[in-house]
Amino acid sequence: MLEIKDLHARAEEAEILRGINLTVNAGEVHAIMGPNGSGKSTLAHVLAGREDYEVTHGEVVFQGKNLLEMEVDERAGEGVFLAYQYPVEIPGISTKYFLKAALNSIRKYRGEKRCDTSEFLKLVKDRMKLLGMDKSLLDRGVNEGFSGGEKKRNEIFQMAVLQPKLAILDETDSGLDIDALRIVADGVNSLRSADRAIIVVTHYQRLLEYIVPDKVHVLADGRIVRSGDKTLALELEEKGYALVEGEREAVLPAPA
Amino acid sequence: MSTETDALLGEVAERAYKYGFVTDIEADTIPPGLNEEVVRLISAKKNEPDWLLDWRLKAYRHWLTLEEPKWHNVHYPPIDYQKSVYYSAPQQKNELKSLDEVDPRLLETYDKLGIPLEEQKALAGVAVDAVFDSVSIATTFKATLDEHGVIFCPFSEAVQNHPELVRKYLGSVVPYSDNFFATLNSAVFSDGSFCYIPKGVRCPMELSTYFRINAQNTGQFERTLIIAEEGSYVSYLEGCTAPKRDENQLHAAIVELVAMDDAQIKYSTVQNWYPGDEEGRGGIYNFVTKRGACRGANSKISWTQVETGSAITWKYPSVMLLGDNSVGEFYSVAVTANRQQADTGTKMVHAGKNTRSTIVSKGISAGRGQNNYRGQVKIQKGATNARNYSQCDSLLIGDQCGAHTFPYIEVHNTSSQVEHEASTSKVGEDQIYYCRQRGLSAEDAVSMIIKGFCREVFQELPMEFAIEAGKLLSVSLEGSVG
Repeated sequence: MLEIKDLHARAEEAEILRGINLTVNAGEVHAIMGPNGSGKSTLAHVLAGREDYEVTHGEVVFQGKNLLEMEVDERAGEGVFLAYQYPVEIPGISTKYFLKAALNSIRKYRGEKRCDTSEFLKLVKDRMKLLGMDKSLLDRGVNEGFSGGEKKRNEIFQMAVLQPKLAILDETDSGLDIDALRIVADGVNSLRSADRAIIVVTHYQRLLEYIVPDKVHVLADGRIVRSGDKTLALELEEKGYALVEGEREAVLPAPA
Repeated sequence: MSTETDALLGEVAERAYKYGFVTDIEADTIPPGLNEEVVRLISAKKNEPDWLLDWRLKAYRHWLTLEEPKWHNVHYPPIDYQKSVYYSAPQQKNELKSLDEVDPRLLETYDKLGIPLEEQKALAGVAVDAVFDSVSIATTFKATLDEHGVIFCPFSEAVQNHPELVRKYLGSVVPYSDNFFATLNSAVFSDGSFCYIPKGVRCPMELSTYFRINAQNTGQFERTLIIAEEGSYVSYLEGCTAPKRDENQLHAAIVELVAMDDAQIKYSTVQNWYPGDEEGRGGIYNFVTKRGACRGANSKISWTQVETGSAITWKYPSVMLLGDNSVGEFYSVAVTANRQQADTGTKMVHAGKNTRSTIVSKGISAGRGQNNYRGQVKIQKGATNARNYSQCDSLLIGDQCGAHTFPYIEVHNTSSQVEHEASTSKVGEDQIYYCRQRGLSAEDAVSMIIKGFCREVFQELPMEFAIEAGKLLSVSLEGSVG
């Protein structure tokens, strides 16, 4: 479904991604872990198409198409969804209105028929139940005055409504208490399916107790330095990122 | 800003005015220039009584002693008042009994503007008193209004049919000596709308007037007078577009509102005069004096405006809160793109006890637009327990525009409460990115962010107007915003 080949990207002068290679198949859940500043979030945003990053080398093929040539909204139309680490507020626009506009934009892109109000409300009601969300949220401004936890939950709720092919969760666990974490993880798990891939970007192993990944990758200094199954996450938890220090030096020239 | 956003903003700056066209109709026009003879001629053409001519002449003579105001933060070349034409009326042979008799080309013009009278009659239940150039063309829904005793007619007709009302209230809120532009209007006003709601009557429909400038170099001097008697209610909608022009056109209107005990007037405006090209050439100069007087106890006047057009907007819809417990409200969205300039705001003068006022102003600047909020809150000595809340938000799009806020607060009574909040924000790239990541196009994203910003004002508009305002904002900021 997703194939990343030797991807290099920079923000202003700093090169952040230095040759990422990653293949994610439909139905799989991949976790990307790594210390602060390793490039995890950059990878998530480069896939989503954020313009602050310049891709200097490499390619990303998503469902047979060149993802890097597409605009942000085209990627969304193709089925890429990013759950933000810091969801943005759109004051004055209700979540309901926003989501319906988003859903219909995506449907238009795919040449599908518009979702009418009753169909939409049914869908939304169903998904809200999934995430144990209060109905009043629909009428509040998008993320306006939401707590950190509510924002994160709202991201997964949007994902549940928009039904992406590839969902990227950028540090969705940060700022969540254990109960909220469980609810969010349940929501994500219910969206696991044979035709959907999920990339979970996280700093801690905690989330992976609830969303059990098929593969775990460790990112350090802009490269994937180790890949393994779910046990790799546990190993990291135990030994810390010092575990990958060796690999890191092996792939990078030592600083002068 | 990113290249994407830049491109988007560039498009706005280059947008073409959608309503730029001229209807070719033989006009009854007098030569350009202003002198006492012209004032007499206008009055004579309208067959006005002597007292009105005298009033016009007093205004004209006073105007000669005045200088154009310079305190505002807008810039334009000097206006040559002798180059303007002060009277122009479309040719009509007989009195019209129905729309079928209206010049089809005129109706076509309205169609282009999206104001099909026939359709509006059926759909919206809105009585439309359309002002084409200086003379009103068509009046609908008259029968229903008559039933309720509501008078809604062209100003010139009111002068003929209800002289006692016009004489009593004309200039009672905005005196002929009020300010340079109001004084000019008082001398040469051509036509406008008159509305009278009798005691205890709730006006059965929204009242609406569409203004339109057409003939070349025709200054527009409209005059609106609305009187709401004790316990009555009226909602009045005003909307305008103007055809494309090379020369600046002066528009100096006056609106006077009078609300008696327990009466309520809701006045909504969507203003879309031609703003000029991307260099600001050819736009309308809009110098308007709008003021309401809450004369009675428990009366209420609300101004809601969406200002997207004009090269220059100079406008301060105000409320004089004279009656005890009276309420004044001002909700405004002002958009300036390209080289547009707006100096707009309100004045709330609290004289009565327990009077309350609310000001919500949303300024949006794009391109090289300059947006100024200028608001005065005055609490007079006798205004015990008066309250004011002002909120003033500015949104910037791009890095060449400006937003300025000039609040004036004057308090002479210690029991009053005055609050002022102001904020300035930019349409965030992170907001646009977030919306696009959810599948919205960049244009839709900007449009949505702006609608959200304006929500508090839009929700004050009557429903059909709110939709129109949303569309207008999208058109205005097409490329620019929304």
